[in-house]
Amino acid sequence: MTDLPKFNISINDSNAIIAISGRLDSTGTATLLQNVSQKISRATCENLIIDLEDVSYLDTAGATFISHLKMFGKRQGFKDISIINLKSEFSTLVDLAKALQQKDYSDQIPEALSFVEKKGKSASDVLIETKEFITYTGEITWALIQSLKHPTKIRWADTLIVAERAGVDALPIVALISFIVGLVMAFQAAIPMRMFGAELYVANLIGISMVRELGPLMTAIVLAGRSSSAFAAEIGTMRINEEIDALTVMGIDPIRFLIVPRIIASTFITPLLTIFSNLLGMLGGALVITSMGYPIISYYNQIASFVKWNDFAGGLLKCFVFGILIAATGCIRGYQTQSGPSAVGISTTRAVVTGIVLIAIFDGIFSIIYYYIGI
Amino acid sequence: MKQTGTAIRVENLYAGYDNTPIIENVSFEVFKGEVFVILGGSGCGKSTLFKHMIGLLPPISGDIIILDENLSSATGKHKNLILQKIGVAFQSGALFGSMTVMENIQLPLKEFTQLSESSIDDIAWLKLKLVGLEKNAFLMPSELSGGMKKRAALARAMALDPSIIFLDEPSAGLDPITSAELDHLITDLASSLGITFVVVTHELASIGTISDRIIMLEKNAKGIIAAGTSEQLKKDLSNPYVYNFFNRTIDKGEK
Repeated sequence: MTDLPKFNISINDSNAIIAISGRLDSTGTATLLQNVSQKISRATCENLIIDLEDVSYLDTAGATFISHLKMFGKRQGFKDISIINLKSEFSTLVDLAKALQQKDYSDQIPEALSFVEKKGKSASDVLIETKEFITYTGEITWALIQSLKHPTKIRWADTLIVAERAGVDALPIVALISFIVGLVMAFQAAIPMRMFGAELYVANLIGISMVRELGPLMTAIVLAGRSSSAFAAEIGTMRINEEIDALTVMGIDPIRFLIVPRIIASTFITPLLTIFSNLLGMLGGALVITSMGYPIISYYNQIASFVKWNDFAGGLLKCFVFGILIAATGCIRGYQTQSGPSAVGISTTRAVVTGIVLIAIFDGIFSIIYYYIGI
Repeated sequence: MKQTGTAIRVENLYAGYDNTPIIENVSFEVFKGEVFVILGGSGCGKSTLFKHMIGLLPPISGDIIILDENLSSATGKHKNLILQKIGVAFQSGALFGSMTVMENIQLPLKEFTQLSESSIDDIAWLKLKLVGLEKNAFLMPSELSGGMKKRAALARAMALDPSIIFLDEPSAGLDPITSAELDHLITDLASSLGITFVVVTHELASIGTISDRIIMLEKNAKGIIAAGTSEQLKKDLSNPYVYNFFNRTIDKGEK
């Protein structure tokens, strides 16, 4: 399509006449104004006449061009600017484009905030959000206590479905990650330990670190990424679809209905998954040790003599708390979902971030407590 | 602005999903500059036909010819060129939620033209003025009411000055006044700018106001059961379904 518009400037007494021909569309007008304006600025006439007789097509882009040309003429100091030979089918658009002179956004553009205002706003947002988070935590705790007082009111069918989706279905990924971490850690540790002839003590390292720290922590982080985000997305979508409002109006407490089953499920599956994680991590270590020529029974004996039951119990106790944290952050972030297309995305991201941060903080708290009570 | 000629020609179209036709052997023509209404009850294949006409679904067989070019057989760049000649306003508006109303309208202009920023800005503003939203240019779609969303969607559909605009259920979910305003806007744009409109709807109130010609689809017939102006269809007694539809009556005693 090379049907670009052409223009011709002629001077007649005190009038400069621009005759434009061809298609005035978005392709044709892209550079036309620049070309025309370079020529007109040289002409020194009183009036400007725009002749549109040979224009074969004109759309909004063309009408905008005409309007721009007129405004340019005005700035150049032409006394009178007129359009001649305008075809009737184009007049609607050319008339419409006249309105561009009244275009004024000034009352619509929101005022920009100063640096101090921006910082103040984000600080107040954080405070409001933290307050909300604490409120919801309280509400959830209360709903949990109520549910435990009346266990028949807990939606057990839902709880089992959540347990299956967040627990059983997460088994492969938890198993894979734990096995590989156990394997890699054992392998990396075995190389320097071999120099002292102490490869077998890798078993102690794997056993204690998996049971006390890595098993619970890895399981919790995988679940934060996998289940917490899913909870936030589910509840966030329900929030946007007004399903939560519907529950409230029906007189059903959404926290008891939606959040309690998820928290109960998550609290029970996290320790179970952690036991698997511990086992698989140790199996990974076993693979390395047996490949170095030690019998598997010595690996087992080494771990069994070194890792105590209270190490195992300490690890599991953490998992109950991690389980509550994972479900609660996911649900609360979902519950806080605002409107808009990116709202659910924001909620899920925040659920995962808050979940992981809280897991790390609580893991630190547990380490200090265990240290003081001598576990 | 009356024009002559055919804007869209649908020939022997079999359309549906997974090779199971929902509409069979449908042929019709849409003339330039008219408001053409596709009508029918729920589940009759209106939306399926609509999706085929805007190139979202390939026909099982048959052709859809838009402005003398075959959309059904076009692929890649050629198909995109044909699609640039049409504008589509979806039922929900389908405005991009992360952009302001203004940016939504500027998007096709920025993607497909070489116009300067100020020209794009002005063209987008003119489109907003056409639909009466120039005072709401900087709002996000989530801040708009239902009627405003539909008008913004119409403005975006018009961004590249298409000669054909497809509207899916423009009046659905709107109050009678807003709906009437939108109908007025459609007839106004059709008559002043010569835009061809293809409107899918089942709102009786707007059909009378906007339509030049109507085709009516029916589920069991898997195709067109009536065609004509709204006056003609309203008086049509030959097909009880058409009569019941237009007169909001039901067959008593019949299943």
